[in-house]
Amino acid sequence: MSALLSLKNVWVEYGDKVVLEKVNLEVADGAFLSIIGPSGAGKSSLLRLILGQEAPTRGKILLDGAPLEAQCGPDRGVVFQRYSVFPHMTVLGNVTFGLECPAAPFAARLFGTARRKAEAQATEMLEAVGLADSLHLYPAQMSGGMQQRLAIAQALIKRPRILLLDEPFGALDPGIRADMHGLITRLWRDYGLTIVMVTHDIKEAFTLGTRVLALDKRRHDPHAPHRYGATAVYDLPLRGPPVPAAEPETQLQPVAATN
Amino acid sequence: MRWINWHLTKRDRLIAGGAPILLLVVFYLITAVQRHAVNPSDKILPLPSAMASAITALLTTPDPLSGNLVFWADTLASLQRLGLGLGIATLFALVLGLLIGALPPVRAALSPLVTGIAVIPPIALLPILFIALGLGETSKVVLIAIGVAPVMVRDIAAHVASLPREQIIKAETLGANSWQIIARVALPQSMPRLLQAIRLALGPAWVFLISAEAVASDIGLGYRIFLVRRYLAMDVIIPYVAWIALLAILMDVTLAAISRRAFPWAHGDGR
Repeated sequence: MSALLSLKNVWVEYGDKVVLEKVNLEVADGAFLSIIGPSGAGKSSLLRLILGQEAPTRGKILLDGAPLEAQCGPDRGVVFQRYSVFPHMTVLGNVTFGLECPAAPFAARLFGTARRKAEAQATEMLEAVGLADSLHLYPAQMSGGMQQRLAIAQALIKRPRILLLDEPFGALDPGIRADMHGLITRLWRDYGLTIVMVTHDIKEAFTLGTRVLALDKRRHDPHAPHRYGATAVYDLPLRGPPVPAAEPETQLQPVAATN
Repeated sequence: MRWINWHLTKRDRLIAGGAPILLLVVFYLITAVQRHAVNPSDKILPLPSAMASAITALLTTPDPLSGNLVFWADTLASLQRLGLGLGIATLFALVLGLLIGALPPVRAALSPLVTGIAVIPPIALLPILFIALGLGETSKVVLIAIGVAPVMVRDIAAHVASLPREQIIKAETLGANSWQIIARVALPQSMPRLLQAIRLALGPAWVFLISAEAVASDIGLGYRIFLVRRYLAMDVIIPYVAWIALLAILMDVTLAAISRRAFPWAHGDGR
């Protein structure tokens, strides 16, 4: 099975400091990849590479077989731990913005029927994440969990090929976090998403992911701690992509493990 | 209780804030009355009655040369210069600040220039402006604009540059181009800061206005103060200074109110 995203012998170096070395990774369509690892093991660097925020020092990154542009684009959605939503826009405005960008390159906003259409679509997306009652609130008036719901809706309205989550639930309290796990699993299944999530929480990584990737340094020189970079030390396939719940008649063969 | 935890009620705040002002007024009145007891024609500390009659004359008696009511003509001329100067500075702050803050090439090209202009004491430019632009309105307006614009530009640029990186990345993943990010992400979030920058620029702007009017003018609040100084006319100077203070406070309060009304998200409360 061809990979949606593949990293081929990717290195990230800042001067003498090697952050990632020799990372080879194939992410299949529909996978939920959790990335874990100690602090400073390059988890966020890897995410920035996939996001296009940074270019690899060496190696290639392919998305759908084409080389990835070293610039963020609408084919990759992202949810950060914080600052993911625009504080000056209402909930509805935050989600509608993603629809306005491609449609209005010069005016930067939509008017009239086009606007109402975009807002209807955004409202539908917000209903899916459970924010239907908060359309006209500003982010500052909402709890952390609601803000992350908004950030997810904002990313999903673009129908990204890959959704990147950078410790998205790290700042939430345990009860809310459990709700969010339910939400992201449901959205992943309903929208057929491909998700790459960086997390500190090992339990979370194993509960949500279909595959867990552990990054760490293979070698360590105590006299030159930056000499060696991190790479994937464990790559654990857990389960295949979700089986669509519909069509109970046909005997659905679980898609062969994608890794 | 620690002083840092001692919060006053609204009534107590009024009393606490009003007391020093009241004390100063009472101190002035006592001193003025004492001086007038010794010398009834004292001009240095005029009594309120003298100030009232001097200002009434300026308010009601038309100027024999121009036919204007001097007080209002002065106020109008000064406010016009201040408004134009601040307006131009605000426009520059918004356009240049956004571009410098959001676009690295523009920052590389213009940031040193803006910094260079910002460190020149504006009053030192006054002779150049008078020579280049003449003694009319233009040089005064330009002095105010040059005086306050660089600081405002740098403030807005710094504010835009300090927007969380995550927000800009997020906007890019939503398909926004540079223009859309400036127009929809950077600009709206700069507006409260811009109003704040105008409030802070009001002080220097008044300084430059009064300076320019003092040096070369034939009308304006600053001109009048420096004109009547020759006659030790404290009965005109003190009310004029009080009037300038009142105008400045009104502008400040108005700008703060506009910011709260127009940008509720920036003040921690919803609409």
